[in-house]
Amino acid sequence: MESVNEKIINEGNFRLHIVPTSKYKTINIVVKLKAPLSRDTITKRALLPYVLQQGTKNFPSRTDLQNKLDDLYGAVLAINGSKKGENHIISVRLEIANPKFIPNASNLKEEALQILQEIIFNPKTNGGSFEETIVEREKETLRHKIDSIIDEKMSYANMRLIDEMCKDEAYQLHVNGYKEDLDEINATSLYTYYQQILQEDQMDVYVLGDIDQKEIEQKLPTLLSKSRKGESAEETKTSSYQKKGEPKEVIEHQDVQQAKLHIGYRTNTIFSDNDYFALQVFNGLFGGFPSSKLFINVREKNSLAYYASSRLESHKGLLLVFSGIAPTDYEKAKDIIIEQMNAMKNGDFTENELEEIKGLIENQLLETMDHPQGFIELLYQQVIGGKQITPETLMNQVKQVTKEDVIKVANKMEEDTIYLLTNKGGSNNE
Amino acid sequence: MNKLEYDVINETIYTEQLDNGLTVILLPKNDMAKTYGVFSTDYGSIDQTFVPIEQSDYITVPEGIAHFLEHKLFEKEDRDVFADFGKQGASPNAYTSFTKTAYLFSATTNIEKNVETLIDFVQDPYFSEESVEKEKGIIAQEIQMYNDQPDWQSFMGTIKGMFQNHPVNIDIAGTVDSIKTISKDDLYTCYNTFYHPENMVLFIAGNFDPSSMMEMVKTNQSNKTFKKMEELQRDYPEEPKEVTEKETTIQMPVSVPKCTVGIKESNQPLGKAKFLKRDLCQSMVLDFYFAKGGPFYQELYEDKLIDDSFSFETNLEKNFGYSLISSNTAQPNVFASKVKSLLLSTNEQTFTEEEVNRMKNKQIGHLLRAMNSLEFIANKYIHYSTLDIDLFDIIPTIQSLTVEDMNQFIQSWIEEDRIAICKIVAE
Repeated sequence: MESVNEKIINEGNFRLHIVPTSKYKTINIVVKLKAPLSRDTITKRALLPYVLQQGTKNFPSRTDLQNKLDDLYGAVLAINGSKKGENHIISVRLEIANPKFIPNASNLKEEALQILQEIIFNPKTNGGSFEETIVEREKETLRHKIDSIIDEKMSYANMRLIDEMCKDEAYQLHVNGYKEDLDEINATSLYTYYQQILQEDQMDVYVLGDIDQKEIEQKLPTLLSKSRKGESAEETKTSSYQKKGEPKEVIEHQDVQQAKLHIGYRTNTIFSDNDYFALQVFNGLFGGFPSSKLFINVREKNSLAYYASSRLESHKGLLLVFSGIAPTDYEKAKDIIIEQMNAMKNGDFTENELEEIKGLIENQLLETMDHPQGFIELLYQQVIGGKQITPETLMNQVKQVTKEDVIKVANKMEEDTIYLLTNKGGSNNE
Repeated sequence: MNKLEYDVINETIYTEQLDNGLTVILLPKNDMAKTYGVFSTDYGSIDQTFVPIEQSDYITVPEGIAHFLEHKLFEKEDRDVFADFGKQGASPNAYTSFTKTAYLFSATTNIEKNVETLIDFVQDPYFSEESVEKEKGIIAQEIQMYNDQPDWQSFMGTIKGMFQNHPVNIDIAGTVDSIKTISKDDLYTCYNTFYHPENMVLFIAGNFDPSSMMEMVKTNQSNKTFKKMEELQRDYPEEPKEVTEKETTIQMPVSVPKCTVGIKESNQPLGKAKFLKRDLCQSMVLDFYFAKGGPFYQELYEDKLIDDSFSFETNLEKNFGYSLISSNTAQPNVFASKVKSLLLSTNEQTFTEEEVNRMKNKQIGHLLRAMNSLEFIANKYIHYSTLDIDLFDIIPTIQSLTVEDMNQFIQSWIEEDRIAICKIVAE
């Protein structure tokens, strides 16, 4: 495998990650701003990505900004917020075509860096405030977004599971924020908070593509750091949770054709733990792939679902199971899922299956690295987790995992909450 | 084996049509870790009525059968193909669209072995009454999942409103009732007719040696025998140029209403050069008006008629085409009439040189960006190759588009009777 060549330069008030590679047809620049999840700031942080895309000092409207991006051979700008463990991250991504493939486009890189700098540090303002009409309009956009989550049943069920499971933990905060908090936000308070983000959030900048490391090292810091003093060194530790005796069961009724059965487990293992690699292998055997226990037993053997799978929240220590079933199959599907978990705890899998899954995980990681955004996310995991585990190390460590290691992490797993979204036919139709 | 070099994008393609009719296309990309293989048949949900192989009369098969067949090919008498790929470190998958059924895998090891597994499982069907029955429960859940998705209902609702007779108006997966009638024999009939090598393309992109790969595929195919294939006869009913329902309202328990405006695109048969031009104009013009910052987008945005869910797409196939503009909106009626009047105003508009250049730059940049993905390249290459168009020739075609081309296109793009509206509202 091609070795990963990530050069990390600590610029004092941010870290620059340079990854030269010629395998993509584009160059990706990603700026990540990270802060602890908090109810006081989450709605503002959810709103900012929308506001920042509406214009800058020199390109004061969305149309001006977009025309500029289009002129740069369809440069693609994306700004969004996400939740990783108990952190909120605002990602500003700019992807441009590799100038190599475009005749006469020699200034593309420089112009792209300029425009990115401007979007982040020189948004359109009105004195010490964002433009009020823009903020009010984008509050409307966010309000709609919050309202419409209930229409996407899979995301809704996932959100509700976390609500119930992590009630008193920062992790339960909704990534899109809260409608009732929107009313109190105005153009000035949002701008004041944004200034605080620029000063205090942990900032990481990734540049990946067919680039000259020296050139980036020289140009980028002067562009980005002049407007920034320093950052708070505050590290987020995941909050502890109240152990429940019996798993909690929550059933909700709506007008749906298909029921969503989601189950949350506490893994008691996070990214920085030594048994994290075994947890990855556990998830592969249990529900991460089409050859995993959940898919084979819930779907293939019992025809109960079209999808049945699991995934990890590596920084919070959760394992989440998802399936879409007929409302009448609830008890049956739940029993089968719990049975598969018990099978894992009892080591009911072969050495061959273990090796196969390790191969699939390696394959998945290598594939992720073939995709520029996926590659950056994989590298950024280390910043979130506060531990250096390069993709290479991750792959090597996964290979070392033994059957005993997997059984051990399986037995650390605690069933926490069962959430069912089902039809209005009454709860006795099982 | 033909070798085609494309300097503009720094890629080399190897192609060959084998003796049994199978088209094989290889795209080595040795700085990628992964290889993506797709084995695709020119057979999708719209191929409802056809003459089965070695017969002479047209038959019509149950709705959703192409998709059902896609599911069933993974199951063999003694095993599941997912497991075979799993043992070889690969992730398999498949999809059925209106016009295609494709089987695929991605892997970083055992590449030739995985390609062989891909070919062999698709070319070795095993259907039994029992396994067909078992699949009905799984597919019923897939259909119910879509039934709960307002986005999908809005999409299909608009398609149904646009097309009166053309089978594109049938749900790709069929309905819970239609799939109940599917039998093992139906599956064999469709399989034997449409999975002939002559109707299929194998595309491998990624990290492998092209000559050794081509040898392996040839040897594999020369060890199998296939019936002689006559020309496939498919029947698509006559479709009027105007939409069938100008307005459809679907009731669903949504918290925010949704509205889609559909343009039934011209279905005039076109030669390949004209087809590609039309295809590009359709997508560039739609993007010009409706992308963020575009004039129509801005009007809708300022009138508070759209939100973050706003989207648009366009699709042009051999015998049908459509463009869709869609959003969650508090005022579906106002959204619909606004979009409609904006669209109708395009007949009188003209583009400037500057605007056309910007559109071309953007289109090229986006194409290059999409080409980071092996999946995109493979699937688009196959899509265009069934229309006899070379994906890698698209960049020069974009560069050759003129202001006149674009202006000519918009002057006749929109006609009121080719617009359909679909609203999703709560009861």
